[in-house]
Amino acid sequence: MSDAAATGAAPADAMIVMSHVEKWYGDFQALTDINLAVRKGEKIVLCGPSGSGKSTLIRCINRLEDYQKGEIRVGGTRLGDDARTIDAVRREVGMVFQHFNLFPHMSVLRNCMLAPMRSLGASRAEAEATARALLERVRIHEQAEKYPAQLSGGQQQRVAIARALCMKPKVMLFDEPTSALDPEMVKEVLDTMIGLAEEGMTMICVTHEMGFARQVADRVIFMAGGAIVEEAPPQDFFSNPRHERTRKFLGEILHQP
Amino acid sequence: MNYRLDFTPVIEGLPDLLLACLGTFGLALGGMALAIVIGVGGVILRDSRIAPLRWLVKGFVELVRNTPFLVQIFFIYFALPLAGVRLDPTPTAILALGINGGAYAIEIIRGGVQSIGKGQIEAGLALGLHRGQVFRLIVLKPALRAIFPSLTSQFVLLTLTTSVCSAISAYELTSVAQRIESESFRSFEVFGTITLFYLVISWVMMRFFSAISQRYFSYPVK
Ligand SMILES: Nc1ncnc2c1ncn2[C@@H]1O[C@H](COP(=O)(O)OP(=O)(O)OP(=O)(O)O)[C@@H](O)[C@H]1O
Ligand SMILES: [Mg+2]
Repeated sequence: MSDAAATGAAPADAMIVMSHVEKWYGDFQALTDINLAVRKGEKIVLCGPSGSGKSTLIRCINRLEDYQKGEIRVGGTRLGDDARTIDAVRREVGMVFQHFNLFPHMSVLRNCMLAPMRSLGASRAEAEATARALLERVRIHEQAEKYPAQLSGGQQQRVAIARALCMKPKVMLFDEPTSALDPEMVKEVLDTMIGLAEEGMTMICVTHEMGFARQVADRVIFMAGGAIVEEAPPQDFFSNPRHERTRKFLGEILHQP
Repeated sequence: MNYRLDFTPVIEGLPDLLLACLGTFGLALGGMALAIVIGVGGVILRDSRIAPLRWLVKGFVELVRNTPFLVQIFFIYFALPLAGVRLDPTPTAILALGINGGAYAIEIIRGGVQSIGKGQIEAGLALGLHRGQVFRLIVLKPALRAIFPSLTSQFVLLTLTTSVCSAISAYELTSVAQRIESESFRSFEVFGTITLFYLVISWVMMRFFSAISQRYFSYPVK
């Protein structure tokens, strides 16, 4: 557990602070005493077995899930119940989903322009310029007029990343962005994420791509049973896991073909 | 059977009958426009966070779908004036058709809305859009696309139901036909002719809806 979170004092440049967060689905406790402080520019990889609460944790950060105890602060704003704060936080936090969730009835370009225009009040011209620039950055600008169904999975996921970036977020959350992709498309998405990391984006990535974790993560966090079991820089995490459950988990995922 | 066909009254009344087809289209289009508004609005209220609104919509749907259209239109035309609301036959017909079609449209459109994956809504919320925007900009169009064939059949049915509005002498095809028939006693010729007219009207409506579908719902899906 990080010292800062345990003492309740977050580092001054903390983007996200979760302190003593607990969440239940009815009687089932999905998150137990989550303490996590993410500094500006930090890259966190979150891993753990299925059902361990990884998605739940990151979905609490942009309030797609509510929580019952503890506190979450995003960029200094306390994430409570009122809609204004929630919307404000969501505008600063981008999210990329496992299944892309592009809007099927809009072109790629319109997918990217929608939220800046409707949520940030950008003009059409501004939104289009931003969208085209970011589509170019994920190397998909030639497909701007196409519809999502006309793209491959890897292309769709890159559009989803561009769409989130169009909001100029301060933090990006990724929930298993490559696990719905055919193997040959994983790399193009990971490369996009690596590029983003190199530019200094604050990122929390739920992924089992351990090569990615080694390359970009500042810290790897391992969850099991709704709690954070272990966190360490990648070299320590992989070479010297302290907990039995972490060792077992690493054994399972690293020995996959 | 020595009924001799005589189309003379039909031919003489043809301008009236054709004009009355426009009346039928007018009632149908007015009714459908109202039904769409009631349908979409009803879906929003039906799933709102305010329980009494949900009950209200549920009650409305049950009431309308389990009572005859003829009784509904009589109620509006003959009973509402007693409460001080007096409408002419044409507005009455449009109102009744819109209310009736709207109740069915609520159930149909709601099915479409429920077919939209949670991921779409979450993606919209995560981008900072609020619930109303998510519904309007993200959910509605794919939802309408999903149920458009059902909505089309419901609206063709609504178009044919305009003939019941002859009961309050609204201006439409059946009431004009009835007048010609009662003056000429040429029942077979008159009702045979408007049967064909209704077939054509239904066909035109289906073309109309398929054009709308081509125009708005033809984006590619997997
Ligand atoms: N809406 C819900 N209602 C009830 N229980 C839920 C709900 N969503 C998740 N859970 C439960 O909470 C636990 C954590 O779920 P979560 O989706 O966060 O796991 P995860 O670590 O992301 O797993 P995976 O790797 O399979 O995506 C699981 O046991 C799951 O069954
Ligand atoms: Mg998950």
